[in-house]
Order: sequence, then structure tokens, then C-alpha cells
Amino acid sequence: MRTALILLRKDLRLELRTLETVPAMVLFALVTIVIFHFGLNQNAIDGQLAAGVLTVTVLFAAMLGINRLFVAEREQGGFDAFLLAPVDRTAMLVAKAAALFLFLAALEVIAVPAFGLFLLGPSLGPPLPGLILVLALADLGLAVIGTLVSAIAVHTRARDLIGPMLGLPLLIPALIATARAAGPLLAAGHPASTPPTRWLEILALYDVVFALLAYAVFDFLLED
Amino acid sequence: MVDEPPAIELRGLARYFGERTALRDLSLRVPAGTTLAVLGRNGAGKSTLLRILASLLRPHAGEVLVFGEPLPRRGFAVRAKLGLLSHEPLLYRELTGRENLRYHARLHRVDFDRVEEVLRAVQMERRADDPVRLLSRGMVQRLAVCRAVLHRPRLLLLDEPRANLDPAAGDLVEPLIGRVSGATRVLTSHDPRAALAEADLVLALRDGRTAFLGDPGTLSDAQITELYA
Repeated sequence: MRTALILLRKDLRLELRTLETVPAMVLFALVTIVIFHFGLNQNAIDGQLAAGVLTVTVLFAAMLGINRLFVAEREQGGFDAFLLAPVDRTAMLVAKAAALFLFLAALEVIAVPAFGLFLLGPSLGPPLPGLILVLALADLGLAVIGTLVSAIAVHTRARDLIGPMLGLPLLIPALIATARAAGPLLAAGHPASTPPTRWLEILALYDVVFALLAYAVFDFLLED
Repeated sequence: MVDEPPAIELRGLARYFGERTALRDLSLRVPAGTTLAVLGRNGAGKSTLLRILASLLRPHAGEVLVFGEPLPRRGFAVRAKLGLLSHEPLLYRELTGRENLRYHARLHRVDFDRVEEVLRAVQMERRADDPVRLLSRGMVQRLAVCRAVLHRPRLLLLDEPRANLDPAAGDLVEPLIGRVSGATRVLTSHDPRAALAEADLVLALRDGRTAFLGDPGTLSDAQITELYA
């Protein structure tokens, strides 16, 4: 855990210094919301449609962060420097997943209110606590899968293509569970105050399974 | 009394990249505290050998022992004892020199006093708070030397260690990576005569095979010329 914190601190410092990832994710999400606004030709959406639009927006914006997650390690020798240190290699998985989780949280702090302002019909206030819970579980899955996919893609020449091609199919179950869990929260008229437990459980199970899978294979991804 | 194992022992080492053979049937022993110069043309296998010794590459055949520990199986035990100075400085360009070294110090559990000590040794204290991307190549190389020796490694793997350094800067890094450091050293150089002057043992590689292994005094000028022809 100590090593993971060292790596996480370095990653956050690099992002604050360069502002290469989070601003791009936020801008992408805002543009996507505007495109949905005009593409759907509706001033306000709700329920399952709103949940689907929000989930897809976050998912596509996340792909930008996933593609850039290991760029500094590959281009500036960070992999070699880390592998030369007498530390547990799984620390890099934990640190990168934590960094991506924080990037996604920062994205949503801006993108969700913008979604509520420009596209969502019902007020965002009442469903917000439930929505935060759903998005937190979704972000966890995105962070774990994203780190795994990014670690695979970064060693390939077509890494910008490999990331989405591997990541998006793997993330479909999380996309379904997130949209189904958020849908009742965003319904017009009488929205649910809490997300459906069944979909939350599926999302949590998905997170646990892929976290264990990532833990099992990550060391091999760092090998030559 | 137990004999100290050699710093490096290779037995029939081979490494391939697809169809291409980078190293084959390489065997040698390097006693602790000595310097091995690895010579050969570009692509002869010098950097591959250094990366295998650093546990960054897996050998495809043969045995590699560093301080008696087999690689890559015991890589974790070996990594704390070795320092690698490669073609890449392994520093983040957007971080300052001091931030980079403190990051490595944390990974190696070295206190920050040591960071200041090595910065002073290479006279980089005054530029240590500049981002690495703003520094000259020589300054970056001095920081890379600091990174490689930060944790006082017993084995130094030095790939063209004086690249980009002027003579004055070369003198500055000498106590850290030169013979006086007391570490076992494996070094490559684009200047074979400079490398030979520092070496106790010479390994010359041609197409990944041993072309010469022995005392530097027994390597003739004609052999050196032929090696780089």
C-alpha cells in the first residue's frame, strides 16, 4: 500500500503539472452532452434514456483517460524505473486504478451537473445521493478494467485502437448495470429514492471479479 | 568461511527477439568489486545483456546469477543491489530533478539526505528544482547518474555512462560511478580504449556471441579494430 501511495502521488502530481488527461475528459463529456441535446432533438430527457445517455457519456470520456494512463511510463522510462525498484509490482495496478478512479470522479463533478442543467428533465437534487453511489461503483469497474486494458494496449503499436476495442466489450456488463441502476433515479414524476439493489449487487460483483482478475494477471503484463 | 559468490555468473545465456538472436551461449564470471567492459558494435547485444542483468529482460536459455541469486526468479532480492544507467535517463520530464530523485528515494526506502548528497556531488543543487524537460542533456545525464546510485548499489550496470557529459562533468560523476565507488561495474562505451582503461575483464561481443573474453591487456589493437569493422 505504501508503494501504491508513492506511485499515486507521482501520477497526481504529473497530472496537475501537465493537465493532459482530466481537462480532455471533461471537455469531451461536455461536447457529448451537447451533441446528445441536438441529436435527440429534445430539451429534456428522463428515466432510462437519461441514464443511458449519462452512462455512455462517462464511458466514452473514460476511454480518453484509459488511453493515456501509462503513456508517461512508456515514453519516459517509468516502467523500467519502477521494475528496477525492490517493490511489489501489484502496487502499480492499485496506483493506476486509484488515479483513474480519481480522474473519473473529477470528470463527474463537472459533467453530471452539466448533464442536469442541459439535458435532464427532472431535478438532479433528490436522486443525487443514489446517483453518486451508482457512479462510484461504475467508476471502480471502469478504473480496474481500464488499468488492465491500458497496461495491455500500451505495449502495442496500435494502442489508441486496442484500448477501446478491448475495453468497451469488457465494460458492456458494467454499462448495462449502471444504466439500469440509475434509470429509476432519473424517472420523471415519482423517481425512486434509492437505486435497485439487484443492479447495484451486479455492479459490485462485476467490480470484485475484475479486481481479482487484474490482481492475478497484472504482474505478467509488466514482464518483457 | 564461506566464499563470496561472484557478482555475476552466466552459464550458456541466450536471448532472442523473434527470429533474431541477440545473445547466445554466453558464459562468464565477474568477481565482486571488479569492472567488466562489454565491447562490440551497435546491435552486438551489449544493451540486451545489461537489461537481462537488471532483471528487465528474461533470458530464453541458460542461467544468470547475480550475487549468487538466480534471475529472474530472485529478481526481487537482486534489484535492491543493482543500479542501471541506461540510454534513457528514466526521469519524468515534467517533474523537477529533486522530485524525480525523491520519488526514487521513496521507492528504494532511501532518506532524502542522500538525495541532497548526490545532487551536491554532481553540482546540480541549484538546478534541482527545474523541470527535467528544461535541462540540457548533460544535466539530465548527471541526474540519471544520481538516480542510478541513489540507493548505493553493489552492482552498477553502466550503458555509455559518460554520454553527453563534458570532461568536467565526467570528473564530477567519477566518484559515484567510477572505480572508486567500490561497486562491481559492467560498462559499455562507444570508446573501446576508454572502457579498456577502466576494465579488469573484457567481454567482446559479435552478433551476440563471445568474440573475446579475458584480460584487457591481452586484447590487441588489431582485434579491437576488427571488432568494430
